[in-house]
Amino acid sequence: MSAAVAPERAAGSGRRARAGTPGISPVLWLVVPGVLFMLLFFVYPLCYGVGLSFQGEGGPFSAYADFFADRFVSDHGSRESILVTLRLALAASLINVGAALPIAYRMRGPIRGKRIITATVLIPMTLGTVFVASAMNNVLGPAGWINKALLAVGLADEPVALTGNFTGVLLSLVISGFPFSFLLMLGYASGVDPSLEQAAAVLGAGPRARFRLIALPLLLPGLTITFCLSFVLAFGVFPSATLVGNDAGPTRVLSKIAYTEYANAQYATASATAVIMAVVQLAVLGLVLALRSRLYRGSTAGGKG
Amino acid sequence: MTADTAVRRRITLTGAVTWTGLWAFIGGLLIAVTAVVLSSFTQQLSSGWLPGALTTKWYSGAWSYFDLPSLLTTTLLVALAVVALSLLVAVPTAFALSRLSFPGKRLVMLLFLVPQVIPTMSYAVPLATLVYQLRLNDTVPGLVLVNLVPSLPFAVLVLIPFVDQIDPRVEQAARVFGAGTRQVFVRILAPLMVPGLLAAGVLTLVRVVGQFELTFLVAGPNSQTIVVALFGASLQAGQLPSQQIDAMAVIYMLTTLVLLLIALRFVDPTSVAARTRR
Repeated sequence: MSAAVAPERAAGSGRRARAGTPGISPVLWLVVPGVLFMLLFFVYPLCYGVGLSFQGEGGPFSAYADFFADRFVSDHGSRESILVTLRLALAASLINVGAALPIAYRMRGPIRGKRIITATVLIPMTLGTVFVASAMNNVLGPAGWINKALLAVGLADEPVALTGNFTGVLLSLVISGFPFSFLLMLGYASGVDPSLEQAAAVLGAGPRARFRLIALPLLLPGLTITFCLSFVLAFGVFPSATLVGNDAGPTRVLSKIAYTEYANAQYATASATAVIMAVVQLAVLGLVLALRSRLYRGSTAGGKG
Repeated sequence: MTADTAVRRRITLTGAVTWTGLWAFIGGLLIAVTAVVLSSFTQQLSSGWLPGALTTKWYSGAWSYFDLPSLLTTTLLVALAVVALSLLVAVPTAFALSRLSFPGKRLVMLLFLVPQVIPTMSYAVPLATLVYQLRLNDTVPGLVLVNLVPSLPFAVLVLIPFVDQIDPRVEQAARVFGAGTRQVFVRILAPLMVPGLLAAGVLTLVRVVGQFELTFLVAGPNSQTIVVALFGASLQAGQLPSQQIDAMAVIYMLTTLVLLLIALRFVDPTSVAARTRR
């Protein structure tokens, strides 16, 4: 598709180039406002932040040293928070994508009640973090419905801690993140041509083989994108870690530390935390994409054979 | 076709697990929504299962305590301004990026891609510092400025596939008949891009209304959006009754719901996706 358009484009820009100033098409000027804005308000602050992170009180790398030595003014446990954030985000995005894939795959065709199911699943998109957090505390909290039920039935002697810890934050990340993964996966799943699977069925492939050999390899690029975007969403979030979890302990996430340092006017350490956050997240995304490029080739070959 | 329906009717283990999971999610969701809505009408929290007396006083409280009209005005003002400005700049950018190939194009694409994949906090902190230096903190223009940073590149990325679909020969034909760049934009491209503009506009609007980190760092007492006010109130858990916060959370939910429903009247996301594929 793009190959067919490419010569057209080249011909068009060539004609314009000849008509206008030689070499540079006048249409190129259209990019300038957008690029200028991004340079001024994205790249400059980003570089400024990186520069700031090297201006700690005790030398260029002191802010980073403080981070890894847990010496921040407001927080103790900054080094561990990398693991906390990673664990939360990875678990949330694995659950989201793992649940979205089979459901979206089964809903790709015409199914009774599809519109209602889709609309219901999308409700969390409108709720907002505070709503979800409040619901978690009302339902799962120490005085919530679940604990009341457990106590009434006699399954537990004292309220089970479902909020104020890792589980609570993970659940709220799943509630708010799943609709997004589902919507994306539904788009990718309905993009797979059904005739491919019908052909496989004619050739004698059972449902399992059709899914593993035909649908999964075709869905893998979409699956990777969904995982990455869902990871990005879960990695940066701190309202739910504060409201449902316990941000002084088990769910102290990186963005919370960056914010606290910023609020305490510790700009060097706040920037260092932000830089570490970006590096960790980009490392995970890079790893996933590298893994996919290896997996993808293998699966396609399997599908052909 | 018959083979396909026969397969779907058969109950498999994986199918049962999938559907049970889906219904568990939907059930949990409905319980969660019920819990918060019920709590927002509760007079007094009790140890029983259901509230004793119902009241609407938390909703009138939302009006007086939170100054809801000004919160709504700020939220909508910021959201609409960000959407309008994003589209205004993103349309020409997406057009040029879709039609032209030039040295450094990959770098420009990267410039619009990176804000989507790095954590908001990592640029929010220095950006907020910059906004303070410009003395734009706690003002609506300041909020618009910080929200444009993720919204503009997002709109560009959403719009590029839509421009790709428009046949360049249509523009060339218009140019042959003497249309200038401005005329090509207004009379040829704009009508053809309406679905793309709506999709990008709606998605940007929803993102801006829900955007927390950036707005939170720049907002002040005079320029609060609903999300920021709500989070601030729920942080001071002891000072406000939880029913008051729940009432506010319900109001926020209704606001986004109304925006989303209005948006979905104009755009059907599945049909947009279907058109993109072809």
